[in-house]
Amino acid sequence: MATRIELNVDGKAHTIEADPDMPLLYALRDDLGLKNPRFGCGLAQCGACTVWINGEPVRSCITTVDSVGASKVTTLAGIGKDGKPHKLQEAYIAEQVPQCGYCLNGWLMTGAALLEHTPKPTDAQIRDAMAGIKCRCGTHVSILRAVKRASQA
Amino acid sequence: MTININRRSLLTGAGALTISVVLPGASARAAVFGAATRPELKPENLSTYITLNADGSCTAYWGKMDMGQGTDVGVSQMIAEELDLPIEKVTLMQGDTATSVNMGGASGSTGVQSGGKAMKSAAAEARYQLVELASKHLGVPADQLTVSNGVVSSKTDASKKVSYGDLIGGRYFDTQLTWNKQIGNALFVEGKGKPKAVSEYKVVGTSPPRRDVAEKVLGTADFISDIKVPGMVHARMVMPPVVGAEPVNVDEASVKDIPGVQIVRIKEFLAVAAPKEWDAIKASRQLKVTWSDVKPPFPEQKKLYEHIRNAKAIKRDDGKDVGNVDEAFKNAARIVEATYEWPFQSHAGMGPACAVVDYKPDGLSTVWTPTQKPHFGRDGVANALGLPQEKVRGIYAHGSGSYGRNDSGDAAAAAALVAKALGKPVRMQFMRAEGTGWDPKGPASVHTSRAAIDKDGNVTAWHFESKGFSRLDVNSNESEPAHTLAGQQAGVPLKFEAAFGAPEESYGFPAKRKAWEVVAPLVERSSPVRTSHLRDPVGPQIHFASESFIDELAFSLNMDPVEFRLKNLKDPRDLAVVKAAAEKAGWKPRTAARKEVRGDVLVGQGISFSQRSGSRCAIVAEVEINRSTGKVWGRKFTVGHECGIIINPQLLTQTIEGNIVQGTSRSLWEEAKFSQSTVTSVDWLSYPILDMTEAPEMIDVVLIDRKDLPPNGAGECSMRPIAAAIANAIYDATGVRQRQAPFTPERIKAGFV
Ligand code: FES
Ligand code: FES
Repeated sequence: MATRIELNVDGKAHTIEADPDMPLLYALRDDLGLKNPRFGCGLAQCGACTVWINGEPVRSCITTVDSVGASKVTTLAGIGKDGKPHKLQEAYIAEQVPQCGYCLNGWLMTGAALLEHTPKPTDAQIRDAMAGIKCRCGTHVSILRAVKRASQA
Repeated sequence: MTININRRSLLTGAGALTISVVLPGASARAAVFGAATRPELKPENLSTYITLNADGSCTAYWGKMDMGQGTDVGVSQMIAEELDLPIEKVTLMQGDTATSVNMGGASGSTGVQSGGKAMKSAAAEARYQLVELASKHLGVPADQLTVSNGVVSSKTDASKKVSYGDLIGGRYFDTQLTWNKQIGNALFVEGKGKPKAVSEYKVVGTSPPRRDVAEKVLGTADFISDIKVPGMVHARMVMPPVVGAEPVNVDEASVKDIPGVQIVRIKEFLAVAAPKEWDAIKASRQLKVTWSDVKPPFPEQKKLYEHIRNAKAIKRDDGKDVGNVDEAFKNAARIVEATYEWPFQSHAGMGPACAVVDYKPDGLSTVWTPTQKPHFGRDGVANALGLPQEKVRGIYAHGSGSYGRNDSGDAAAAAALVAKALGKPVRMQFMRAEGTGWDPKGPASVHTSRAAIDKDGNVTAWHFESKGFSRLDVNSNESEPAHTLAGQQAGVPLKFEAAFGAPEESYGFPAKRKAWEVVAPLVERSSPVRTSHLRDPVGPQIHFASESFIDELAFSLNMDPVEFRLKNLKDPRDLAVVKAAAEKAGWKPRTAARKEVRGDVLVGQGISFSQRSGSRCAIVAEVEINRSTGKVWGRKFTVGHECGIIINPQLLTQTIEGNIVQGTSRSLWEEAKFSQSTVTSVDWLSYPILDMTEAPEMIDVVLIDRKDLPPNGAGECSMRPIAAAIANAIYDATGVRQRQAPFTPERIKAGFV
């Protein structure tokens, strides 16, 4: 049954009424009307729904909304600093990475988290950090170029 | 063109059209040309394609679509070129039935080659009309005018000039074009304005960026799944456990605890809807349904190719023989023969399909859809809603990539059925299992290739046969219920077209036969393996077979595969791409598999080539195969590509890169799996695609720019030759032929022992 749940998303406090076992993804998309976490599989297999919880990339499609508690949720809209896009976003634009762009959220949220921990990742580190994220259009080599570019920025 | 004299010239009493002197910086308009409102959206009206805004920029309306490869930028470049405008001043609107006519949507890589051609022709006419207006306005004969940056000026007196914006900005052309009376891909229009000579090109051949990238990367773009309409409910499908089963009993009480849930059932079609998305998902899982008992309709998966071989052909196309094929085989000193097999494959879009239908029985209904064909898709939705086409507007919204006829049309039709049943706006989204399990499939097929060799070792004949499921169980246009899953579930039988294809090449063997046969669909209706177009329909399977065979043939004649192709291909354009790829890749000639071992891996290099509707592409693949796991890594690809004159080299290169990755994925991993009851590959574990850890290290693209040739489609050509390039590289590494795709670790390992 629906209960009151408080969420802290991109620095803002929200209260919603929801099933405690509803995945966070639907709280963000349906209740809060945010669009960047996307539905790709609902099975933790693709990355499209990735958000940061306390700075760590998490698949919101399998994270129940009541497990989030007071943790800070960050979506793609919140990864920039000082009103500027994240440098990985700038690199993606410079490299013209996406085709359809439906996958972008997963790659950007995971890639930006990688750069926070490992500012100068090797090619192998980039590939490993991104393992499991899907891009059906096949933009993988552009993604690798963009992460490299951002790490040099 | 109507010409209205404006007030100022009336007041001065001077000749209306010749007196105006446009002061520098002033935006004086001496005459008002064109129509105040946009003329009716008809193919013959110039305003249907091109309009000029008050600031002198152009808004063009295109009845085709870009699906992420940047085709819209290419077409904008072609328009900017003809109008002598900088590319920044051309906006291309696409995918809205209210603003553009049906030019076929995205279809068979025709975006530039036919859609762009029509828009270029319309833009040339717009320029012609603008120069005519300027001539009247400035009192200078048209042949003494020149256009630069959207300003028409006298060649001899630079002070005599007028901008497009001042001529007609904010108003509409009211002249006509000659229309060829076709809609869809074949639509073409022509006026008095003739397109520029290539030697004058400034915009075509450069690489302006995509328009949708920044908003997608920054997360501000609306995708289909972000579209919301007041009063909208969320809908989900409930699919049968056995293909063909109908719901006999639906237990409404089983979901009565879910707020606002509604159930829609039309024969096999079963959907649930609720105001909250999670509730709709829960209801779709919780609903208790008793399904009719039907016999599982599929053959065992391992007998799929046997099924195709034994099934009666319902259509055969013999092609057109070159030379005397039968005679050559009769007289052959020996015959080389091999058979190849290709599985059903899924589109498996990154996000399962979604559509929003705002149903207004008495007004104008709207469908938002990420389909490649919003015009045809609109027709399909109008049909499902029982409304005339003009009472429904179709609007394209960004979706998860489209590589042909994916599940988008099915979601739109399903949304329409639910919207009509409930009388409410509906957002239908499929779940992953429907996106991968129930999307239309690329067809499975078997291919037999034979060559006759004479006693001197010359190939005297080549006979290539394909037999498989049609590539068009459902038509890619989505405009009829028969062509959508929802339509079929609601009772409309499949209306399929038997179609396949043949290798496209220029091998100059003295005799050639290229034939195909199509077998009946496995299930009459509502099948999760109903086939339709998947990027380069039947191209990958056919050329996997034909170009693997060319390699087999070369080795059996003790020739190097590149040398063999260069000796036998006849079209100089084909030779050019093969040479370009081989040279850039540092091709190492060989007459047998080299089986090079580097530590834990076997290393190999293979080539393949094909044409596609006038474009051509050769690919050299370099693979590394893990000796203990059998896993193949497509490490490097070198691509020789020629598609006529190049509009945008960077976007072309990235289009090719995307095809290489997707093509490698399909070659190495992808196979739709099924039990006798239904498709069992329903997610990314059961239908794996290429992972980042397996992405190529390098894709080296050599573009051949043929400025002397018209631009040709490039969206799919590089998809065709990949499988054979990889298979040929695997052979070079292992000495074992892969004649069945995909080349999974198990299959590769089986070849080691
Ligand atoms: S939607 Fe969460 S991982 Fe795919
Ligand atoms: S760009 Fe389309 S799925 Fe990645």
